[in-house]
Amino acid sequence: MNLRRDVFQAIADPTRRAILLLLTSQSMTAGAIASNFDTARPTVSKHLQILTECELLKQEQQGREVYYHFNPKRMKEIADFLEPFRQHWDSKFNKLESVMKKHKHKSNGK
Amino acid sequence: MENKTHINAEEGRQDLLITREFDLPLELLFKAYSEAEFIEEWMGTKVVKLENKIHGSYQFETSHNGKLVFKAHGTIHNFVSNHCITRTFEMENMPIGVQLEFLEFEALTANTSKLGIHIIYKSEKHRAEQLKLPFAYGLNMAHNKLQELSINLK
Repeated sequence: MNLRRDVFQAIADPTRRAILLLLTSQSMTAGAIASNFDTARPTVSKHLQILTECELLKQEQQGREVYYHFNPKRMKEIADFLEPFRQHWDSKFNKLESVMKKHKHKSNGK
Repeated sequence: MENKTHINAEEGRQDLLITREFDLPLELLFKAYSEAEFIEEWMGTKVVKLENKIHGSYQFETSHNGKLVFKAHGTIHNFVSNHCITRTFEMENMPIGVQLEFLEFEALTANTSKLGIHIIYKSEKHRAEQLKLPFAYGLNMAHNKLQELSINLK
């Protein structure tokens, strides 16, 4: 597996999360994004590259400038990170409920 | 339909909260946790040992095709019928470690009840192992905001 392309690996970094947050409200050029951070510009570029590779960001050429856009579709996958765990418990609890309801009806029938 | 089971796992913490409302009277919900025959049925595991008392302990085992696939055990620190169970829980051969569980049982109406399980892990890292998501502890407010946004944009 290419970790670079792992979306979860991508958001494990606080600078990259800050970049994503910045881009949720507007599209920006690499220069404009970099001006929001104290980090050296090549470092910001590297972060942008990683975020683009894992499709959290999309690049769009506008004239001479390249704008970065946030890709909500990919982010949705991350939003679901707790969902499998929740579903596991939900199905266990559904089972508990049905087992106990069955028991209740049985004892009522006695 | 609204989700009945809620998981609250905040960023940067080593605990999580599971809550669920049941269409069952409190006594029946508590029985599902305190009587071996019911535990076996809903959890799908064999109850090897279960001592429901302060300083008691328990052991679960699950076999599949004659092979032992799941083994868990723990000790009971506090046990108050129809109210609460405080216990440790550990799955053997797993990187999650021992967890401390506070189970609280509460009646909502005569026929409905609520269960809250507060689980505390050894560390944030152990919790992430539980969630099977190595990145879980890397999430922060920014992520929560993004999450809200992406849900709205769905």
